[in-house]
Amino acid sequence: MARPMRIRARMAGDIADVRVLMAHEMETGTRKVNGKAVPAWFISEVTAQHNGKTVMTAQWGPAVSKNPYMQFKVKGAKAGDKVAVTWKDNKGETRTDEAAIA
Amino acid sequence: MKVERRDVLKVGGGAAVYSALASMGFFAANPAMASWNKDWFATKSIADTLKAMGVGSTTESSEINITSPDIAENGAVVPVGVASNLPQTQMVAVMVEKNPSMMAGLFEFTDNAVPDVSMRVKMGQSSDVYALVKADGKFYMAKKEIKVTLGGCGG
Repeated sequence: MARPMRIRARMAGDIADVRVLMAHEMETGTRKVNGKAVPAWFISEVTAQHNGKTVMTAQWGPAVSKNPYMQFKVKGAKAGDKVAVTWKDNKGETRTDEAAIA
Repeated sequence: MKVERRDVLKVGGGAAVYSALASMGFFAANPAMASWNKDWFATKSIADTLKAMGVGSTTESSEINITSPDIAENGAVVPVGVASNLPQTQMVAVMVEKNPSMMAGLFEFTDNAVPDVSMRVKMGQSSDVYALVKADGKFYMAKKEIKVTLGGCGG
């Protein structure tokens, strides 16, 4: 099971600034260990939701760094609202974590 | 090695099983999950990438800000931020020209998101980084050169 994400969401004016740190290897598939290629393993899809409503979706390639960091901004949010982030990797594993906007 | 059911699903099913389960409502919790577009992530040049995405012409725009260091010490972790001031920005894509595949990440926004995202990408070598923005149905581009002193592909 994948480790939880760390989500920090903070209001700046009427916009919520959300920072997410995910725990993932993000193998490119081009790296070799002892001459053997390490198979690609990376987060390919990310969805961000605000109070259950999708505000942003992302598609990622293996060029995203290990333990990906992502920052995005949500309009019309207020303190106490819920922000949820879901990722899915190319092996089909998914994880969703939620945080309240501070 | 003990083979468990979930492994079998992963290995022998992949997309087919996933979509079958999705259609049955197994993943109802994430209805808006975009499907990963493999072709967009397989291209090696800016022209090919735009072609794969079905982008006809792009306009250079100064309304797109790419935030990143001019010189990145560690190519494995290069912070890149893209903010678009263009009205009705629907999509932002980050591309690194000299990576094995250009496309690093692509963000699609609804009306409730500000088109201002940051992420960290790997860069094999110094390269131009492009931001492709779709706003009001049109495509705009901006680029910035980032020098890398230590490559990030584990070479």
